[in-house]
Amino acid sequence: MRRRATFPAMGLALLLSAAFVADDARAEHLIVSVSNHRVTVTSNYSGEELVLFGSIERDGNAAVPRSGYDLVVTVSGPRADMVTRRKERRFGIWVNADSREFLQVPSYLAAFANRPLDKIAPPDVLRRQQLGLNNVLLRQRVGPDYADVVTSDPFRRAFIRLRAEQGLYRENTSAVTFLTPTLFRTSIPLPAEVPIGTYTVGIKLLADGALVAKTETAFEIVKVGFEQFVATAARQHGLLYGVATACIGLMAGWMASIVFRRD
Amino acid sequence: MQLYLPIADLPVNVFLILAMGAAVGFVSGMFGIGGGFLMTPLLIFIGIAPAVAVATVASHIAASSFSGALSYWRRRAIDPMLALILLGGAIAGTMLGVWTFTQLRALGQLDLLIALSYVVLLSGVGGAMFWEGLRAMRRARHGQVVPPRRSGGHGWIHGLPLKVRFKRSKIYLSAIPVVAIGLAIGFIGAIMGIGGGFILVPTLIYLLRIPTSTVIGTSMLLTLVTMTFATVLHAATNHLVDVVLALILMTGGVTGAQFGARAGQRIRGEHLRLLLGLLILAVGIRFAVELGIRPNDLYTLREITGGP
Repeated sequence: MRRRATFPAMGLALLLSAAFVADDARAEHLIVSVSNHRVTVTSNYSGEELVLFGSIERDGNAAVPRSGYDLVVTVSGPRADMVTRRKERRFGIWVNADSREFLQVPSYLAAFANRPLDKIAPPDVLRRQQLGLNNVLLRQRVGPDYADVVTSDPFRRAFIRLRAEQGLYRENTSAVTFLTPTLFRTSIPLPAEVPIGTYTVGIKLLADGALVAKTETAFEIVKVGFEQFVATAARQHGLLYGVATACIGLMAGWMASIVFRRD
Repeated sequence: MQLYLPIADLPVNVFLILAMGAAVGFVSGMFGIGGGFLMTPLLIFIGIAPAVAVATVASHIAASSFSGALSYWRRRAIDPMLALILLGGAIAGTMLGVWTFTQLRALGQLDLLIALSYVVLLSGVGGAMFWEGLRAMRRARHGQVVPPRRSGGHGWIHGLPLKVRFKRSKIYLSAIPVVAIGLAIGFIGAIMGIGGGFILVPTLIYLLRIPTSTVIGTSMLLTLVTMTFATVLHAATNHLVDVVLALILMTGGVTGAQFGARAGQRIRGEHLRLLLGLLILAVGIRFAVELGIRPNDLYTLREITGGP
């Protein structure tokens, strides 16, 4: 409906943009919001799903591109060092032979788009803009060097596959839905195992295979109440926490021997 | 009922953990062992990080062995002198083990060493106990009178100097093998993350000929001290002890241990040894199979802990 209504305006805009092609060909910007900027982890936490809403604002008379807009949303969690090991058969038993360290890679990584990535942009653009799990930079230590490797690298593929099996890496090219040509939404599923920390959400708008606008937002996953108290105590007062835990253990053992005492 | 664990950072089913605690507690009460070699793999299996599992299990073992040790103490089945000398060796052994642990981790083959020592120790100890139990049962069935083994029999071990009188156990024995056994248990425990009760009990019975009646209680006292020490040490250095998980495990564990201890008293000694031998052997074989067959997934992924 809306599309049809804007059609004459679009024609006009095309004429105008043909006239002033130099200055204002693309003047979109994005306005986005996450449904919850602070996910709280309490004792009954078992995962959550956030919703990202956004709108493409066009300045002046900028036209909607003929092929429509494309959106790629990348959510990345707190960074951590990880190691992937490969087993090999040696002397009849399977042992860890080769390993790769992934340095400061996102512990949670999700790429959402409105249609398959290869239809959105050519490979070089996808690579440059780090769109999709295959194109996100994952820094590795290979011997003395620090580099990301080709996407067909077995360690890199195994790494992404193993993270995906835990639900911590995901790619969905039909998760972004356009409610109108300029209004979109996507849900961000967070499994229960997601790490605590700050998550950044990068939203990139593409049209005709090129980046036209981008913005970033963030949300955090935090422990509150008892969970936070325990985690802080364990980290900052390790010795006291250990003594307390040991005392609880001894109390539990003592109580059991009283409760079940027969003699 | 799901409950979020604050240190392990994942939700678990409370009843599943309770049941696991009770089951392992039952086994540990029945045989007088800590049960760490059963609990740690179980926790890793349900998705808890290995480091958190090892650290938390230590506090659980401390609880169940305290409950057991108290009831053995009341029955005067603990030899304090024996425990003290064993402990001296165990502390030195633990320090040596932690040092070796660090050296091996630098070499990158720690996982293999842990798996191999599980296989060798569990199959060895389990196999020997199973065989011994089987022989004792066959003898009993054939109506043979088992010659009552005199405690503190003769062997080269009993010719060693530095003799100490262990009053509760009613034996007169050199302190050297006792310290050596404590040293070995501490060393193995530090590397494998277990209490070592399942090795200590048969060693004291078969090698030193200490009466079974005091061995189990003394082993529990030793486990109690080393595991309490380990809990505090793990919490202070790695910050990986999950108190919520520990509390659920303890609740199930101490209850199970009490019922296990009662069940254990009703079963005949050789049957008990046969059962424990089978159990240990089964875990050992499981580890051996894991090493021998091609894994489903050649790749493994692990977060490098000790980050921010």
